[in-house]
Amino acid sequence: MISYDTVIGLEIHVALLTQSKFLCSCKASFGAPPNSQCCPICLGLPGALPLINEKAVEYATKAGIALNCQINHFSRFDRKNYFYPDLPKAYQITQDTFPLCTKGFLEYYVDDRLVKTEITRIHMEEEAGKLIHSGASIVDSEYSLVDYNRAGIPLIEIVTAPDIHHPQQARLFLEQLRLLLSYIGVSDTKMEEGSLRCDANISLKPSGSNVLGTKVEIKNLNSFRALERALEYEERRQSQVLNQGGIIRQESCTWDDRTGKTMPMRSKGDAPDYRIFPEPDLPPLHLDPVWVELIRATIPELPLERLKRFEAEYGLSRYEATFLVNYPDFGELFFALACQCRAYKAIVNLLMGDYARLAREKGHLDPQRLAELLTIVDEGQITQTQAKDVLEDLFSSHLSAREIVQEKGLEVMGDPESLRPILRQVLGANSELVHRFQNGDTKLLGFFVGQVMRVTQGKADPGVVNRLLRDELGK
Amino acid sequence: MKKLANLLETKQVSSQEIVEHYLGEITRQEPMLNAFITVDQEGALTQAQAADQRRAENRPLSPWDGIPIAIKDNISTRGLNTTCASRFLANYRPLFDATVVRYLKDAGLPILGKTNLDEFAMGSSTEYSAYGVTCNPHDRSRVSGGSSGGSAAAVAAGEIPWSLGSDTGGSIRQPASFCGVVGLKPTYGWVSRYGLVALAPSLDQIGPLATSVEDTAILFSLLAGADPKDASSAAAQTFEVPAWDERCIKGLKIGVPEEFFGKGLHPEVEQAVRRGLRALEEQGAVLVPISLSTNEYAIDTYLTLVTAEASSSLARYDGVRYGERVGAQDSNTMFAKSRAAGFGPEVKRRIILGTYVLSASHYEAYYEQAQRVRTLIRQDVLEAFRHVDVIITPTTPTAAFRIGAKQSPLEMYLSDLFTAMANLSGIPALSVPCGKDSKGLPLGMQIMGKHFSEALLFRVGHFVEKTVGIRGCCR
Repeated sequence: MISYDTVIGLEIHVALLTQSKFLCSCKASFGAPPNSQCCPICLGLPGALPLINEKAVEYATKAGIALNCQINHFSRFDRKNYFYPDLPKAYQITQDTFPLCTKGFLEYYVDDRLVKTEITRIHMEEEAGKLIHSGASIVDSEYSLVDYNRAGIPLIEIVTAPDIHHPQQARLFLEQLRLLLSYIGVSDTKMEEGSLRCDANISLKPSGSNVLGTKVEIKNLNSFRALERALEYEERRQSQVLNQGGIIRQESCTWDDRTGKTMPMRSKGDAPDYRIFPEPDLPPLHLDPVWVELIRATIPELPLERLKRFEAEYGLSRYEATFLVNYPDFGELFFALACQCRAYKAIVNLLMGDYARLAREKGHLDPQRLAELLTIVDEGQITQTQAKDVLEDLFSSHLSAREIVQEKGLEVMGDPESLRPILRQVLGANSELVHRFQNGDTKLLGFFVGQVMRVTQGKADPGVVNRLLRDELGK
Repeated sequence: MKKLANLLETKQVSSQEIVEHYLGEITRQEPMLNAFITVDQEGALTQAQAADQRRAENRPLSPWDGIPIAIKDNISTRGLNTTCASRFLANYRPLFDATVVRYLKDAGLPILGKTNLDEFAMGSSTEYSAYGVTCNPHDRSRVSGGSSGGSAAAVAAGEIPWSLGSDTGGSIRQPASFCGVVGLKPTYGWVSRYGLVALAPSLDQIGPLATSVEDTAILFSLLAGADPKDASSAAAQTFEVPAWDERCIKGLKIGVPEEFFGKGLHPEVEQAVRRGLRALEEQGAVLVPISLSTNEYAIDTYLTLVTAEASSSLARYDGVRYGERVGAQDSNTMFAKSRAAGFGPEVKRRIILGTYVLSASHYEAYYEQAQRVRTLIRQDVLEAFRHVDVIITPTTPTAAFRIGAKQSPLEMYLSDLFTAMANLSGIPALSVPCGKDSKGLPLGMQIMGKHFSEALLFRVGHFVEKTVGIRGCCR
């Protein structure tokens, strides 16, 4: 058995979150009644002409900058001709020869290793309409309905170089890409709504070889899991075929999530000839370098930078930092709290623990209220156990942490003079056990502490109680 | 037109009377000419009455308020059929007005109807119209030219005072020349294409036809200007009708390209143009022999680009959203059969040619090569204009030919021999009548100028018209 290296490249379509469509002023929002957001332009009516939405160019440029791309000051639109009922003009306006962005890369962690995947290009194009078939597909449907609301929504297509080496890496890349795009706010990146779609190319080559094998394109990957599973399946299938002396056919296939298999769609021979040529209705795009710099200035801190900052400046672990980066709302909350409380570990423990559970149900708390809780704990006024109760109350009431502590009478009893009588009372009631303790059964100390805590309803400071008990019992 | 405007202004005649007069002419002549596809009697009279009302209230929209016009049937008119002389669009009623139509309505011009053309403006005789040929008013056994044959014939016959045409390779100038009227192909980008059903967007331009140079200039002044809805429209000013000052002829350098006076040019056409040139010379113009050697390649280049763009522009006509559906077993056969039934022979020929020149294996040899030659032609033309102010040629090699005379498509394509160059280089070109041949058929002189030099072209044309032209319509 020869061993093979896997070579994977991805093509990702991202719907941009602009208010209006790419080439007309129709709304681009999701979920409106069918065909309520269209006009002569996005319906492709004879005589209507396209116009470029500057916001779409801005968002595409933003994505390019965030992905370390070269932003081309000259780019051009092309017509990609193909016939399908969801494409009103029977051609798609896209960028072929001169894309907006080229030569970028994305860095991300695979296990503990920082890896880099090259972005070959990013170009802009228009979305097609949406077909709803009465049957399973267009060929075996009695009828098909078209919703043109989606037609003309701006897309960017991000193409990676074939330098991803295993299915898990592909998933990690896509997850990081999605996070990056949501950080810069150019897309809502919902795979389930189709605003982030991924096609994958995969081929195998003998280990160490420089010659790429024949690739297979997998379409219809609707989730991160589907991407990884489909690539794993195809990796296995191709290596079996090759090991049995077979050859891989260059083809496009679709992933069936139910059966867990890829199904061939068309081979290279049937690949359509798109007859791409420059779009005569749109002049080339000339970007002002100053404008590009203005867009660059709007790029916020990106996930990887932020991860490094959490680790370096706040001393968080990779695990903790990753949590705060992957959930930017928690990351922002962390920053707000860290301004007021320097117990960074305590903050992140709180956020990742009970707070995360409660916040997912009920929404985030005002950082001020949460900061007060952290301060009280930090000052030792209440215990960790009490803090949990207070946290629950913070979600259900409008009181501040201090008010809750007061109302519930939760202040820590740390004063030895008030604790000593309680202590003596507990020991007096358990004279038999005291005797056993004094004969060497030191494990009973925990029992006594527990009894004191019970009597004080958890308010006693366990440290003080411990010290006092040793005093009393040592006598 | 100034006379007509004056009569309206002084209330000696009403718009309704004018419209009724032209409707009468249409009723009388249409059975012989077939210049119109649609006559909107009711709509025109309503608009005329509104114009009269405005005149009565002394608030006309423009000096031309109430003077009717006809529109080539490939320019969108809201609510009024726009057929492109194709069965595919037999019942197509646009939801919007072309920008130029809106301008005309804003100036108060009643739209009398839609004029005949070759199907989707593909042709030079209107013989390819699905609604029959338009006869030449000077000799009804001859063609009116094309593709704007209906617009030219209607003006020549006095069915309408002026009209709009479109010109992709000579489609305004050639019929203007054949019918003895004036026609302008404006600078590419000076008139909005929004609402013009595309033939070849990189070459198409809407322009005016009228019986005199002055009327043509007046109509052009209503059309010219930047349109935010057309990305290819130039950031140009509006156009002011120039003063008719003949002093500009003195010292004017007129380029006379030898290539346009050689083989294939009918001697009587040459004589007429040379007579016009002599008149200009006598007025003080300087005739400069020049060479436009790239014109040899103009027709091939033009055909390659036009068919390529047209094959894409016309792909949307599918028998589902447009035209008659021809039933079939599966959807692809249905689309194919519907297109086979809906398009005429010339359209099919150009779609097949265009698909071929754009196909992956021929793109470089044809489309790309044609783009390169187009650049050379443009350079050739611009170079010539470094030495001369205008270039004068015959508009067509012959006078109007007989209906059915051109049997091969190639013969028909050669009709654009002298006119395609202006479209390929984007410059303006005016066709002005310069006499008649021995059979009494009108002949045309073409005056080409630098980009945005329409005012000069009109001045020169005005002088030609005065000295060697034929005035008025033929009745």
